[in-house]
Formats: sequence, structure tokens, C-alpha cells
Amino acid sequence: MVSWLSAEGLSVRRGGRTLMGPVSFDLTGDGIAVVMGPNGAGKTTLLRALHGLERRRGDVRWGDAGLAAGRNQAFVFQSPVLMRRTVLDCIAFPLRLDGVARAEARARAEVQATRVGLRVDLGGAVEDISGGEKQKMAMARALIRDPGIMFLDEPCANLDGRSTCEIEDILTQIRDSGTRIMMSTHDIGQARRLAGEVLFLHQGKLEEQGIGDTFFDAPKSKAATAYLRGDILL
Amino acid sequence: MSDFFGGIAQAARLILTLDPDLAEITLLSLRVSLMATLIASLIGLPLGAWLAINRFPARRTVIALLNGLMGLPPVVVGLFVYVLLSRSGPLGVLGLLFTPTAMVIAQVIIITPIIASIAHQAIRELWADYHDLLISLGATRRQRLITLIVDGQRPMLTASLAGFGRGIGEVGAIMIVGGNIDHATRVLTTAISLETGKGDFEMALALGLILITLAISVNLVLHTLNRTERGSRW
Ligand SMILES: Nc1ncnc2c1ncn2[C@@H]1O[C@H](COP(=O)(O)OP(=O)(O)OP(=O)(O)O)[C@@H](O)[C@H]1O
Ligand SMILES: [Mg+2]
Repeated sequence: MVSWLSAEGLSVRRGGRTLMGPVSFDLTGDGIAVVMGPNGAGKTTLLRALHGLERRRGDVRWGDAGLAAGRNQAFVFQSPVLMRRTVLDCIAFPLRLDGVARAEARARAEVQATRVGLRVDLGGAVEDISGGEKQKMAMARALIRDPGIMFLDEPCANLDGRSTCEIEDILTQIRDSGTRIMMSTHDIGQARRLAGEVLFLHQGKLEEQGIGDTFFDAPKSKAATAYLRGDILL
Repeated sequence: MSDFFGGIAQAARLILTLDPDLAEITLLSLRVSLMATLIASLIGLPLGAWLAINRFPARRTVIALLNGLMGLPPVVVGLFVYVLLSRSGPLGVLGLLFTPTAMVIAQVIIITPIIASIAHQAIRELWADYHDLLISLGATRRQRLITLIVDGQRPMLTASLAGFGRGIGEVGAIMIVGGNIDHATRVLTTAISLETGKGDFEMALALGLILITLAISVNLVLHTLNRTERGSRW
């Protein structure tokens, strides 16, 4: 099968220490690619490296050349970056960088706000909205350039069950609309609900790569087995 | 004691009747310090912002130098500008000594480091918040700088106001380069020092009241801005 993303010997080093990798994998499926693993496994570092936010070693190849372009990629950070602007102008910001006129950018930002179900005063300060709403703001902002791939780093880390459900619904809608999604989580339930493919990281190394249900029902590596079983210490 | 209350009453009368001498001195003070603040802001704000987001070998040295210059004794600045502008000095031909322009130059030297330092601090914090987002969205260097300046308007206004506050209350340098010449270079601080020396407490107190009012107003505005900043209403 043709892979849409493949990494070969990908690693990130800082100050002589290897934070993550080397890892090699091919992603082929249409579903959401989920990066799993305990704290410090290297999930964030892997996503950032793929997006080009970390200086990396090794090869990253995108099956669709269009995806390689930075403008076609969007990244939703674990804690949403809040600009000192209104909610609407935060969402519109990427278009403003592209030179889109303010009025048009705002109109398109409203469309994205609706798409992610953000029901707040869009003219209000972004810092005043709730955590779940901030996350939706960040997703609307990421979607506004209509990216080919969207990276999300633990999009539900600090959210309650209801917000988590809403975000998961939005993610499946985005996936169905044809945007690739690669996300990290250490919520096993969420990974089960969303994952098409799984990359399981442990101590910076790729312990196991699997297809959703197969991985969860019969993990092959010891680390993944213990993690899925809920062992606290791996 | 009666001197004191008599002085206050007289001072009030001078202010309320818009005494021409008093008005002239006050207006010159405002003119010199506003001009100095404007010029120092045009230099200090971009310099501070630029230092906050660019990495270059001498960066730490420049920042240390800037912080050191904040503590520059005004009298020494005055002396330096005096030597530069004096008839036999390198810029003597311009004939600027004992003019308001000379006073503006001295104040610019005194307050530029203050404005640049405060701006640097503020923009550095903003840059830390925005860094990943701006890089992820592929903002050019120019776009990054513009975004930080636009969203950092408030703290930069704070920086300019702090510079103005320092300038309007300064006496040592402008006394030396301005000469405190009646109807030419006499400003609030130098006049206070002169009237006090002459024993004319009424005029001195009137001038002092105005200076204090100006200083308190600036600080009130600064305080309000800072509070709204923390309360995240921009
Ligand atoms: N800025 C940094 N400087 C130095 N080391 C770092 C830095 N960021 C991450 N690391 C290290 O890199 C390793 C991987 O971290 P990373 O944040 O990618 O893990 P993670 O799987 O995302 O963890 P978490 O579940 O806690 O978010 C960890 O050992 C971490 O200590
Ligand atoms: Mg992480």
C-alpha cells in the first residue's frame, strides 16, 4: 500500500541528548493516526518534528507532495496559543498572514467557528472563554487555511467528558472531510474511539505500530501490553 | 508654617489665573519632554522589539549595556551633551547649546534606554507566547515583528509613558545644556530649583504642584494600563 507519510531514522536531539527516535514508520490508512505513550515518551516531540518545529535528523517523506508544504499543515498545540485579540481575530489570524482582507478573513473565521461548534461572543477577549472553547478556537484557527493535514497534541488533555466528546466529534468530521489527522493522546479510551493507526512510543522509541482494533485487542510489544492493561510503571 | 499655606494659596491663584510665566514654563516643559519621548520611542520601541526576537552574538552584551544605560546619571549625560555642543565641541557649529533642542537631545539619551528596556521585556514575553504559533503558520520575519508590535501596543505605550515621566521630572542634564534661561530654556524643574534658591516659594510651589499633577497623571495612566494588561483586556 502507498504510504501518505513515511519516516526513516527520524530523531530529535538537543544538547547532545536524544529526545526522541530514531523512529521509522509508514502511515497508509485513511483513518486518524494516533501517537500513544506515557509521559515523556516523545509524542509531542515526534509531532513537532514532523511539522518542522524541531530540528530533526533522518527522512520524512509525504506521499502527496502538497502535504509537505508548511501552508498545508496545521498544528494545534497542547495549550492553545492565545493572542491578545478577540476570539474572531484569533481564528482569522492565519488568513491575515496570507494577505486576506480583514472583512473577508473575519467572515471566513465565523464559518470555522460555526463548524467547530464554538458558541461564544466572538467579539470578546479570547482569554475569557473556557478551556474547551479555547481548544475549539485553536481548531477553528487551524482549519481556516483548509490544511491537508492537521496535527493535534493531546487536544483533550485538560477537558471534561462533554468537551472531549465534542472535540472527538469534530475530529471525525474533519477526517471525513478529507483532512489527514495525526494526534497524540494518553487517554486510552480516546485512542480506541478514534484511532485508525497507532504509533506507540516509549522512552523515545517506537515500540509498536498497529492498526486500531488489532493493536488494542492484541498488542505485540511488552510495553504496549502493560500500558493498555493500565500498569502504572512501564 | 504660614509661609507654607500662603504659598499654596498664591500657587493656586497663579494656576487659576493662568499666569503667563507659569504657562510658558509649563508648555516648554511639555514640549521638550513630549518631543524627547517621541524620538526616544521611535528609537527605543523597535530596538527593544528587535532585541527580543533576534539572536545574534552580541545580544546579551547589548541588553546588559541597555540596562546599564538606564542608570546613567543625568548630570553626566548633561555634561556629555554640553561638551558635544559647546562652541569648541564637535557639533559646536550647529549652535544648539542653551536651546530647547539641546534639552531634547539630553532627554532622548536619558530615556531611550528606559523605553527600550521596558519594551524589550514586554515583547520578549509576548514572543515566548506567540513563538510556536507564528513559526507553525509560516510567518515571515517581517510578519512576526509586525504581529508582536501590533499585539504589544499596550505594554509599549507603558514604556513610552515611563520614559516621559522620567524626562519631565529630570533636572540635572537640562540645567547644564539648557542653562535655565528665562523665556528661552526655563522648564518646570529648573524653574523650581531657581525660585527655591531665590526664596520665591509661591512660584516654586505653583510649579511644583503642576509638576506633581503631571507626574501623578502619568502614573495613574500607567497603572490603569498595567492593570488592564493583567486583567487581559487589551
Ligand atoms: N525543551 C526541552 N528541552 C529538553 N528536553 C526536552 C524538552 N522538551 C522535551 N524534552 C524531553 O524530551 C522527551 C520527550 O518529551 P515529549 O514532550 O515529547 O514527551 P510526551 O510524550 O509528549 O510527554 P507528555 O505525555 O508528558 O506530553 C522527554 O524526556 C522530555 O524530558
Ligand atoms: Mg506531550
